[in-house]
Amino acid sequence: MMQPGLYHILFISALLFFIGVYGFFTRRNLITILMSVELILNSVNLNFIAFNKYLWADKSDGLFFTIFIIAIAAAEAAVAIAIIINLYRSHHSIEVESAEEMKY
Amino acid sequence: MPDPIYIALIPLLPLAAFVLLGLFGRKYFKNASGVIATVLLFASTVLAFYTAYGYFFDFGKVNGIYEKVVPLTITWLEFSKGVSIDMGIVLDPISVMMLVVVTFVSLMVHIYSLAYMKGEERFATYYSFLGLFTFSMLALVISSNIFQMYIFWELVGISSFLLIGFCYDKPSAVAACKKAFIVTRFADLGFLIGILVLSFYAGTLDFNTLIQRLTLPGSEELDTALASSFIGISALTWGMVLVFIGAAGKSAMFPLHIWLPDAMEGPTPVSALIHAATMVVAGVYLVARLFPVFAISAPEALQLVAYVGTLSALIAAIIACTQTDIKRVLAFSTMSQIGYMMFALGVSKYGGEDGLGYTASMFHLFTHAMFKALLFLGAGAVIHFIHSNEMKDMGGLRKQLPVTHITFLIACLAISGVPPFSGFFSKEEILLAAWQQNKLIYWIALFTSGLTAFYMFRLYFRIFWNNTNNAHAEHHGEGGFAILLPMILLAIGAAAAGFIPFGNFVTTDGTAIESHFDLAFSASPVALGLAGIIAAMWLYKKQNERPGKLAASLGGLYKLAVHKFYIDEIYLFITKKIVFNLIGRPAAWFDRNVVDGIVNLTGNVTLVISGGIKKFQSGKVQQYAVYFLTGVILLAVLFIYVFR
Repeated sequence: MMQPGLYHILFISALLFFIGVYGFFTRRNLITILMSVELILNSVNLNFIAFNKYLWADKSDGLFFTIFIIAIAAAEAAVAIAIIINLYRSHHSIEVESAEEMKY
Repeated sequence: MPDPIYIALIPLLPLAAFVLLGLFGRKYFKNASGVIATVLLFASTVLAFYTAYGYFFDFGKVNGIYEKVVPLTITWLEFSKGVSIDMGIVLDPISVMMLVVVTFVSLMVHIYSLAYMKGEERFATYYSFLGLFTFSMLALVISSNIFQMYIFWELVGISSFLLIGFCYDKPSAVAACKKAFIVTRFADLGFLIGILVLSFYAGTLDFNTLIQRLTLPGSEELDTALASSFIGISALTWGMVLVFIGAAGKSAMFPLHIWLPDAMEGPTPVSALIHAATMVVAGVYLVARLFPVFAISAPEALQLVAYVGTLSALIAAIIACTQTDIKRVLAFSTMSQIGYMMFALGVSKYGGEDGLGYTASMFHLFTHAMFKALLFLGAGAVIHFIHSNEMKDMGGLRKQLPVTHITFLIACLAISGVPPFSGFFSKEEILLAAWQQNKLIYWIALFTSGLTAFYMFRLYFRIFWNNTNNAHAEHHGEGGFAILLPMILLAIGAAAAGFIPFGNFVTTDGTAIESHFDLAFSASPVALGLAGIIAAMWLYKKQNERPGKLAASLGGLYKLAVHKFYIDEIYLFITKKIVFNLIGRPAAWFDRNVVDGIVNLTGNVTLVISGGIKKFQSGKVQQYAVYFLTGVILLAVLFIYVFR
């Protein structure tokens, strides 16, 4: 069986990233947007792990970065969900178009 | 040397009254404020008389000459070594005389106002303003420094403004106080420039040093001041003329007199104090203070003083004959009498017998303060009784106001120059001085003195004789003790002040001169004065058709005089039509279109640009993400392909 190389993983990571970006741009539901953000973050995680494993296998910097990012993503998700809940309370909707007051 | 403390107290006591009543008067001393101010001023008056006695009979005379005594100087503002503004006290015959006049008249007015202003809502404020005025006037007269004088000069201006506009709910009073302030302030600009010119050349602001340096022939300062010239006139003469403009503004000399008649909107005691006896003679005092410089170094400027004074005396006397508001008649009469003082200074020379005009001017200032304050207080009593300023509402008041009648008559006789009342002596000296120096001025002055007698007795007969159709009979009496006492005291002054041998005390160089009276010389002015009185009697003692006929026969001249020679209208024409249209409007156009245009253009450009930019801030989160991503991609492209 063929071992997956660095490029395979980078390809998947890029795919994941752009799926996330696409989702972020097109979705209207804030929860889905948050999920897209998580996809983007995870594509970054994948990148870190891949580079760490294939280029500097004797080091573990990339691993640590990934762990940090996971922790931060968890915190960010908590904050984002709190914001979304508050938005729902005030606007009775979690559609992103319903929160457009912050403009010129 | 006198103790400076008690001399400094003379102005400081009224200042204390101002501060005390100004801060606490309305709240704590609503009714007592008048008494407090009067008592403080009484103390100040006593000190002033004591100082005068001491100066004239004790320490002032050194070897038969009245010296300038400077008991106090404090350096107040030092700009550099040698150039400083001092605060000081100078005692010389004229400042001591002014101390007496100001405190005495002010005291009379304080007492009079106790009754006259009774029940006034802002009684305490009124007294605090009087205190401020008295303080500034007293400090002005004892100033040892020309800049100190300027400071107090402005302070009397502001107190005059405050007091004219005392009834600030009356639009005419508000207009009058603004007019007075603006006109005198405009003139004061001349004074300020004059001070700067003089101090630049003399290198000092101190009166004594300045006079010394600018009168000593051959001194370095005098030579430079005479050598530098502008339009063919020496810098010194310019300086003195500018100073005189300030003096003319304050003393209501033609053509800066327009504020004085309107200033009669103020309460009558204020008119008596400020616009008759004290503040308006500040200009005369200023010229007298700088008299050695005028007489020795700038005789051309002194000529100007003489002719402006003569013209003002004549014009004001003519106008006074036609006015119907009694206070305005008195205002024009004041202007006329100050004109006398001015030209008396103008025809005088420095030193010895030739300095008679100077003595006469100060003498007239003294006697005029007495009889003119009395006339105003009398007019105040009449107005209090009638509740009108107009002559047509008056008549036949001699029975109802006996004391006012007698005192007013004394004042009228004094101002008309009938012997033995005070005005006779001072006016006689002025005419004599004019006769010796300048015949043209003498003839005009003589004619004016006839007119003076005529208009004063026109006033007298219209108020106290004539018809008695007024409906004000017997509703209240003449006024209390506080009204009558000042009038009686001033009447005594007006009757007897002439017997003071002024030539012994006040002269240009401090040596006594003999004032002599030639019967032949005084015959013509007295005869002319009596003729004026008789003419006034013939026209106004009984109600008749003669004044109307006379006015009709004079036609244009009468109309001209009633309208005060259209001087106000000329000013309005110059300011409104010429200054506003030719300077104001173009300047306003430039401001509106060019200056504002540039500012608005900047604003509009910013607005248009920001209007475009602000669309980016749409509030749509996903749009922001697109911008962000575009930016990141652009940066990536940049780093990969350009900055590699």
